[in-house]
Amino acid sequence: MKPFAIDRTNGLCAALFIFFGAFFAIQSLGLEIGTAFRMGPGYFPLVLAIVLIVLGAIILVQAVRVEGEPIGPIAWRGMLFILPAPIFFGLTVRGLGFVPSIFLTALIASFASARMKPLTALVLSAGLTLFSVLVFSYALGLPFQRFGPWLPL
Amino acid sequence: MDLLKNLELGFSTATTPANLGFCLIGVLLGTLIGVLPGIGATATIAMLLPITFQIGDPVSSLIMLAGIYYGAQYGGSTTAILINMPGESSSAVTAIDGYQMAKNGRAGAALAIAAIGSFFAGTVSTFLVAVFAPPLTAIALQFGAAEYFSLMIVGLVSSIALAHGSIVKALAMVVLGLLLGIVGTDIYTGTPRFTLGIREYADGLNFVAVAVGVFGVAEILRNLENEHERSVLIKKVFGLMPTRDDFKAMAAPIVRGTIIGSALGILPGGGAVLAAFASYTVEKRVSKHPEEFGKGAIAGVAGPESANNAGAQTSFIPMLTLGIPANPVMALMIGAMIIQGIVPGPNVAIEQPALFWGIIASMWIGNLMLIVLNLPLIGLWVKLLTIPYYVLFPIIMAFCSIGVYSVNTNAFDLHAVAFFGLLGYVLTKLRCEPAPLLLGFVLGPLLEENLRRAMILSRGDPSTFVTRPISAGLLLVALAVLVVVFLPSVKKKREEVFVEEN
Repeated sequence: MKPFAIDRTNGLCAALFIFFGAFFAIQSLGLEIGTAFRMGPGYFPLVLAIVLIVLGAIILVQAVRVEGEPIGPIAWRGMLFILPAPIFFGLTVRGLGFVPSIFLTALIASFASARMKPLTALVLSAGLTLFSVLVFSYALGLPFQRFGPWLPL
Repeated sequence: MDLLKNLELGFSTATTPANLGFCLIGVLLGTLIGVLPGIGATATIAMLLPITFQIGDPVSSLIMLAGIYYGAQYGGSTTAILINMPGESSSAVTAIDGYQMAKNGRAGAALAIAAIGSFFAGTVSTFLVAVFAPPLTAIALQFGAAEYFSLMIVGLVSSIALAHGSIVKALAMVVLGLLLGIVGTDIYTGTPRFTLGIREYADGLNFVAVAVGVFGVAEILRNLENEHERSVLIKKVFGLMPTRDDFKAMAAPIVRGTIIGSALGILPGGGAVLAAFASYTVEKRVSKHPEEFGKGAIAGVAGPESANNAGAQTSFIPMLTLGIPANPVMALMIGAMIIQGIVPGPNVAIEQPALFWGIIASMWIGNLMLIVLNLPLIGLWVKLLTIPYYVLFPIIMAFCSIGVYSVNTNAFDLHAVAFFGLLGYVLTKLRCEPAPLLLGFVLGPLLEENLRRAMILSRGDPSTFVTRPISAGLLLVALAVLVVVFLPSVKKKREEVFVEEN
C-alpha cells in the first residue's frame, strides 16, 4: 500500500465546492421544484448545486495521490483586522455617526500591517476622516449623520 | 450617413461640460488607483464603482466608469514599466520589455510609447465599435429566450477557457457564481431563496459588495501576505519624447497590435490578455532582432500595449450590443447598468441612443485625456509609487466601506463585503480565479430567467435549444470552445502561456 497522499490545496478546494453545493442543494429541496415545463424556484438551483458537487468530486479525485505545491503564507493578521473593518463601519455608522465610525474603521484596518506604527495610524485615520467628511458628507452630500445618537453631544 | 449622425449624437452627449468633467475625474481616479502596485484594473474599478453611483444620471455615471477603466489600465502599465509589478495579467507582457527599458534609463520613452500606442489603438477600435455595434444589435434583437440562454452559455464557457489553471476549477467557480447570483426573491413566485431568513438579502446579494469583496478586499489580503520593500527604480523620469528612431521602431508594432487586439477583444472571456500575448509573440517572430526581446525591445512594449488597449475597447461590443460581458470589467459595467435601472442588451442602443453613443464617444475622449494629461503628470504618478502600502490600504478599506454602504444604505451589504473578501481570498489561495465567479454572479439571474421562459414557450421540450438555428449555432460554439480547451495539445499550450506570464 502506498501511503495516502493528497494535494492539500485541491483537497480543500474540493471540500469547499462540495460544501457550497450541499448547502444550496439542501436549501433548494425546501423549495418547490416544479417540472421542466414549469420550473419552480428550486429547479435551477438544485441542478446547479448538483453540478457543483460533481465538479467538487472530480477535483477531489484528481487531488488524491498527487503531491501539490504548498499553500504559501497566509495573511492571518490581515484577515483579523481587514475583514472586521467594513462590518464595524456597518454596525456603527448610524449609532456613532459618520465621523467617529469612519475614524475607527480606518484605525482598525491600519493594524492589519505589522509595519504600521500607532502614531502613524492615528494621524492617517484622522486625516482620512477629515478628507472623507469634506468629500462625502459636504461635497457629495451623502445623507450620513455626522455624529449619531449614541454620543452624548 | 447613420454612422456620422450617431457619432455626432455621441460626441454631443459626451462633450457636455458635466460629462467631460466626469470623464476627466474617472480617468484621473482610475490612473491614481491603477498606478498603485498590485492593484489591477478590475480591483480598481470594483473599488471606485460605488463613487459613480453618487451621480444621478446613468449616462454620466457610465462615462465616468469607462474613464476609470482606461485610467486604471494606463496606470497599470505605468507600474509595470517602472517597478516591474503588473497589477493585472494584461500588463504583465508590458513589464517584460518595459521594465528593461526603464533599467536602461529609457523609462520616459517606454511610458510615452505605451501611451501613444494605447491612444492609436483606442482611436481605431473606438471607430470599430461604432461601425460594428449597430448591425450586431440588429441581429441581437431577433433573439428569443432560447438564444439568450445559449449566448450566455457561450460567454461563461469562454471565460473558463481564458482563466488560469485548472479548467474544472474554473467551471466550478462559474457554477458557484451562478448560485450566488440567484440568491434573493424568485421572480416568478416571490419565494425568498437562500437568504438564510435575512430580509435584507431578499433583493439578492449586492453586486457592488460582491465585487469589492472578491476583487478589492481579497487583493489587499493577498498583498499583506508578505510585505516587502518595493524598490522604485526611477526617482525621476526624463526624456519623455521618443526619438525619431523610436517612432520608426514602434509604428509597425502599434498597427499590428491594434489589429490583433481589436479582433481578439470581441471574443467573450477576456480577449485583452490573450491579445497582449499574441502581439508579443508576433512581434518577436517578425522582428529582425528577436534577441532584443526581453532586454528592452521597443516593439515589445508598443505592440502588446496597443493590443491590450484595442482589446479592452472592442470588448465593449458584446457588452453594449448583447449585454454579455466579455471580461470581469464588462461584468462590472453591466452590474452598474442594472443598478442604474438600465437592462443591458440590444434594446439599449434603441431606447437609450444618447447613452449608447455617448459611451462610445467618451471612449475616444477618455483616451485623448489620458495622453494629454498623463504624460505631464507622470512625475506625480511616480511619487505615488513611493507611498508605502501600509498607508494605502486603510484608505482603500475606508473608501470601500463608505462606497458600498452608500449604494443602498444597508449595513448587511458591508457584512457581505467581509464575507466575500474572505471567500475571494480563500479561493485565490486555493488557486481558483475569481473572474469566472463574478461573470456567473452577474449572469445567474438572467440565465435562469431565460431558461425558464424558453422552457415555458416550448412547453417543457428542451430540444428548443437545438432546433432553433441561432441557439443551436451558439451552443455548438460553446461546445467547440470546451472541447478545444480540453484537447491535450491545447491544454499544454495553455499551461505554457500562463507559466510564461508568471
